[in-house]
Amino acid sequence: MTQKLNLPPRVAEKDLADLYKQMWQIRFFEEKVDEFFAKGMIHGTTHLAVGQEASAVGSIAVLEDRDKITSTHRGHGHCIAKGAEVNGMMAELFGRTTGYCKGKGGSMHIADVEKGNLGANGIVGGGFAIATGAALTSQMKKEGFVVLCFFGDGASNEGSFHEAINLASIWKLPVVFICENNQYGMSGPAKEMMNVGNVAQRAESYGIPGKVVDGNDIFDVMNGVGEAVDRARNGEGPSIVEAKTYRWKGHSKSDAKKYRTREEEKEWRLKDPIERMRLILVVEGLLTEEEAEKIKADAKEEVEGSVDFAANSPHPTLDDLMEDIYA
Amino acid sequence: MRELTYLEAVREAMSQEMRQNEDVFILGEDIGVYGGAFGVTRGMIEEFGPERIRNTPISEAAISGTAVGAALTGMRPILELQFSDFITIAMDNMVNQAAKIRYMYGGKGKVPMVLRTPAGSGTGAAAQHSQSLEAWMTHIPGLKVVQPSTAYDAKGLLKAAIDDDNPVIFYEHKLCYKTKSDVPEESYSIPLGKADVKREGKDATIVATAIMVHRSLEAAAELEKEGISVEVIDPRTLVPLDTETIIESVKKTSRLVVVHEAVKRGGFGGEIASVIAESEAFDYLDAPIKRLGGKAVPIPYNPELEKAAIPGVDDIINAVKETVNRL
Ligand SMILES: Cc1ncc(C[n+]2csc(CCOP(=O)(O)OP(=O)(O)O)c2C)c(N)n1
Ligand SMILES: [Mg+2]
Repeated sequence: MTQKLNLPPRVAEKDLADLYKQMWQIRFFEEKVDEFFAKGMIHGTTHLAVGQEASAVGSIAVLEDRDKITSTHRGHGHCIAKGAEVNGMMAELFGRTTGYCKGKGGSMHIADVEKGNLGANGIVGGGFAIATGAALTSQMKKEGFVVLCFFGDGASNEGSFHEAINLASIWKLPVVFICENNQYGMSGPAKEMMNVGNVAQRAESYGIPGKVVDGNDIFDVMNGVGEAVDRARNGEGPSIVEAKTYRWKGHSKSDAKKYRTREEEKEWRLKDPIERMRLILVVEGLLTEEEAEKIKADAKEEVEGSVDFAANSPHPTLDDLMEDIYA
Repeated sequence: MRELTYLEAVREAMSQEMRQNEDVFILGEDIGVYGGAFGVTRGMIEEFGPERIRNTPISEAAISGTAVGAALTGMRPILELQFSDFITIAMDNMVNQAAKIRYMYGGKGKVPMVLRTPAGSGTGAAAQHSQSLEAWMTHIPGLKVVQPSTAYDAKGLLKAAIDDDNPVIFYEHKLCYKTKSDVPEESYSIPLGKADVKREGKDATIVATAIMVHRSLEAAAELEKEGISVEVIDPRTLVPLDTETIIESVKKTSRLVVVHEAVKRGGFGGEIASVIAESEAFDYLDAPIKRLGGKAVPIPYNPELEKAAIPGVDDIINAVKETVNRL
């Protein structure tokens, strides 16, 4: 069958509806969480990836099930794309025993080790070396899996970025470093915090490929990451792929967004990654308008269902406090 | 006198020092228009400009080392670390460089810098954003360690810290930020190494730090209703430690309860208990010293578990009663 769209080998046209659904699951999940925080129904903090759905879904779409990821503080999207159940995620945010971390981790620590998600991270830059280590396991045990390491533009200024990528490059480890460049750290603009325009340029200093993709175009993400993953799997070592994108919401929960303009936000909202994917699928005849609507509605329903699941799940008891400290 | 919050008191101390000493400046992540993760530096970039309120990349190793280098050559930097948990990344610069430079160089050179950082649990931020690691720093000769519990103390101690010619780690407790006390408008200094008797009493001494000072005062008020008179001492600075005030109090009350939020095992409470055990106050003790501290567990996300991980008012009341009822 000939394909209408330029897709990486791992992704078939029949998979696209599912990827489209994942994007909506992420969007609805994040909006729910945002609402609950605003209402004070969830405590702690969270970082929403609304507007960044394509970089998570597109990157993970090219993986095999056995492949692994490390995620970040802005990790709900990665988690969903790697196959996590929204029920367990929502329950975690509610602090319940049915949550992915039994209510002990919360938003910043959701991990789904069985599905190959080695965890979100509260430490910016905390994932670089862990991903590198996971890739070392793959190489030493000849397991053939590839590791995707998600990180932000801000994280690329941590020393751990340099140390880990250098190590991965000399050992030719099967890891792909995916920068989700949403233009800001908490508030620090990427263009003021680095003296180069692209994080991907830094790849040159490690002698590895560095590629910039349109992070709001899932097809561009899939092709860029697909190439890097193939390379890693073939034993040719790591790459950096930089997905240019934008977070629609404030840094954590909400913030006054003094560090950017409303005009800039509006511009980026016009590049909505979900709408762009929908248009392409419909125009190419891969999805009817009705099918697209149905997918969106299903995703919404699943997220609504996760709220019921979470709200009806048991709280941990004080006996659980000291469990799981040591293996 | 006017009331200020603890957070405002910290800001005022910095602003007053910066107005009168050009060498004082602040560096840290998101301290510019964002105002810092907790809003402590809000408004300061407007007054002092970006040269002196220096918004940095997310690079704790670089910014701590930069502070050391600037201090060594004539500046008086204040480094804001977003969460005290991230001191791990700044640790080499603080422990192997800042703390030792003067001694290693045979008394030549000095490192007048302050590392300010919020610590403690109670905000639902989970295991990597809630720790109390101050005991680590007290172990390092060459560092001073300050831990104010009230707005008044925060302002005076911060001035003393900035004026000090040594590296000072200044712990701010997140739950103290909103607490208020009377704070003089003019600049004043509270000497490092001077404990404060927050409440006088005769039946037992509580030595408490940071948020536990507030809990101990609550406990003391409850205990008073039952006819137990408790003295509450806040050391305010762990290094240098005002052992004399603590020893005198224990000689008077003959009973000691030490309370901190940090994990009890290896916590600073062990140091205070040992000071008493080694001192002349030992002969005055009518009951074994009691230590209360956090359970040896990472801080969990679930709010009930989070509370249970550290001492509460009831725990303090019970500990004092056990001590008093002994005989
Ligand atoms: C070591 C460390 N430093 C600082 C922080 C506080 N912090 C959390 S997220 C964040 C911004 C991260 O920016 P970026 O890597 O671009 O990711 P984004 O938030 O934009 O997704 C900061 C400064 C942290 N969690 N860990
Ligand atoms: Mg960013």
